[in-house]
Amino acid sequence: MQITNLLEYLEQTVTEVPDKAAFCGEESTLTFRQVSCHSRRIGSFLANKGFYKKPVVVFMKKTPQALAAYFGVIYAGCFYVALDEEMPRHRIELIIQTVEAEAVICDETTAPMIRDYGYEGDVWLYQEAIAEEEDAACLAKIRDQQTDTDPVYAVFTSGSTGVPKGVLACHRSVIDYIENLSEVLGFDRDTVFGNQAPFYFDAALKEVIPTLKFGATTWIIPKSLFMFPIKLVEFLNEHRINTICWAASALTIVSSFKTFDKVKPEYVKRVVFVGEVFPIKQLNAWKEALPDALYVNLYGPTETTGVCCYYKVDREFALDETLPVGRPFHNTSILLLKEDNTPAETGEVGEICVRGTCLTLGYYNNPEKTRESFVQNPLNPMYPETIYRTGDLGKYNDRGELCYVSRKDYQIKHMGHRIELGEIEVVVNMHKGIRTNCCLFDDIKKKIVLYYVGDATRAEVAEFTKEKLPRYMFPNVITQLESMPYTANGKIDRVSLKNMYNEGK
Amino acid sequence: MEQLLEILEGLHPEVDFELADDLIDAKIFDSFDIVTLVAEINAEFDVAIPAEELIPENFNSAEAIWELIQRLDEE
Repeated sequence: MQITNLLEYLEQTVTEVPDKAAFCGEESTLTFRQVSCHSRRIGSFLANKGFYKKPVVVFMKKTPQALAAYFGVIYAGCFYVALDEEMPRHRIELIIQTVEAEAVICDETTAPMIRDYGYEGDVWLYQEAIAEEEDAACLAKIRDQQTDTDPVYAVFTSGSTGVPKGVLACHRSVIDYIENLSEVLGFDRDTVFGNQAPFYFDAALKEVIPTLKFGATTWIIPKSLFMFPIKLVEFLNEHRINTICWAASALTIVSSFKTFDKVKPEYVKRVVFVGEVFPIKQLNAWKEALPDALYVNLYGPTETTGVCCYYKVDREFALDETLPVGRPFHNTSILLLKEDNTPAETGEVGEICVRGTCLTLGYYNNPEKTRESFVQNPLNPMYPETIYRTGDLGKYNDRGELCYVSRKDYQIKHMGHRIELGEIEVVVNMHKGIRTNCCLFDDIKKKIVLYYVGDATRAEVAEFTKEKLPRYMFPNVITQLESMPYTANGKIDRVSLKNMYNEGK
Repeated sequence: MEQLLEILEGLHPEVDFELADDLIDAKIFDSFDIVTLVAEINAEFDVAIPAEELIPENFNSAEAIWELIQRLDEE
């Protein structure tokens, strides 16, 4: 019978390889038996406190235990919202407000921090929750009531109004994603993942869930290693990591420093990149070092559960070419729609729209935004059929491969993250020394450029953005202006700012 | 050194780079900064920083980065 709950992966695997290492961190490792035991206890703990179908915030360091806590939340029939100690305060506050959190699981490090965020609900330590006896009858009863359309997690993405949106995914869309991703990438029990993505993004699902499904192993790579590529490759070799699904910027750190002249990954056989365009020059450097590895480009917004398209690199590319996004996963379909909602022909640009089980449930506590993006298929007036409008523009090349062109709006891709420039502007405007500001993106140098008018010094603005925004949203160039240029209809003149920037301030 | 301080100040206007000596240890720099910095050093000083020089000790202070640039420039 087809599985209808993510936890069935864990339940099967724990009977087969209970003592194998599932998740390994800097300080500790959890075996499948421990993951199962801890998560069932956490599930029992939450259920006995009366939480069901509620968001439960897990605010912990990036450890194997954090993962067990997520599964525990799912055991309770709730869905998890992952926060991380490195997220900025303002963002954490907004997320807690948006989900109207009533329960938070912390570790020793984060517990003292959570009250500072204006959170007044229940807080429990991980250690406290796993001290609870497992209540098997209670867990079985919860499972019996659940369907595969129940939510698993809410992942927050940047929103143009300054408030992040919580994308809610259900068991069915995650299972669909993991089954098809695993098929394409050929994961198995011998797969050893090296995780780079933060747990509060759906990008980490690529490693975490297949680890449960196959009884594989995931190493959580310490973030600091991504500054020092030789040490990073040594880490991969030491732990015999054979599969890396990283942001293109993380792969670039290794290849651009000619690390491979000194040391090569000895076991890596799958190199998967996601989140932004991977430069051909860097791809070629990897291919030269590891000619036998499989290289796969993944594409897709959080709203379609992880990713929805893939391209297996099957030919050489010139330096000025870009990698195709490829084709949708099995059981997913792409519509390319022009402005007038008719399908784009080969070579024509249209908005990439997605159809299928991969669609998430929508945005938590935000019906308005959900209605804007999750819409009736305009090509089908006859029965209800929802598609997701990504806001990405794409086209088909002569080979029939889907290619990404650009964003429709002011959303950009930076360091593998989706960012609304508007969200940065909203935050900068909160500073009392700022009169007005405007953010641009330098596509060539990959820099976020901020122009502002006001009494605040550049250092104050930098300090302020650091408090309020995640690292990847910090403006890279900050410039103070006497006055802001405006267009005839009173909008900030982005074109003349861009010209100013190109001419060197 | 002036040029270098300018680049550093562009990355983190809030840091006093003449005094700071724990840029890596205090987690002021992260991998994004290091990548940007190496690219800008390459463009400004025509110095390529090889992977084996990418170690925490070389990046903890403006002074250390400057010494690295000079050393690589002589080679």
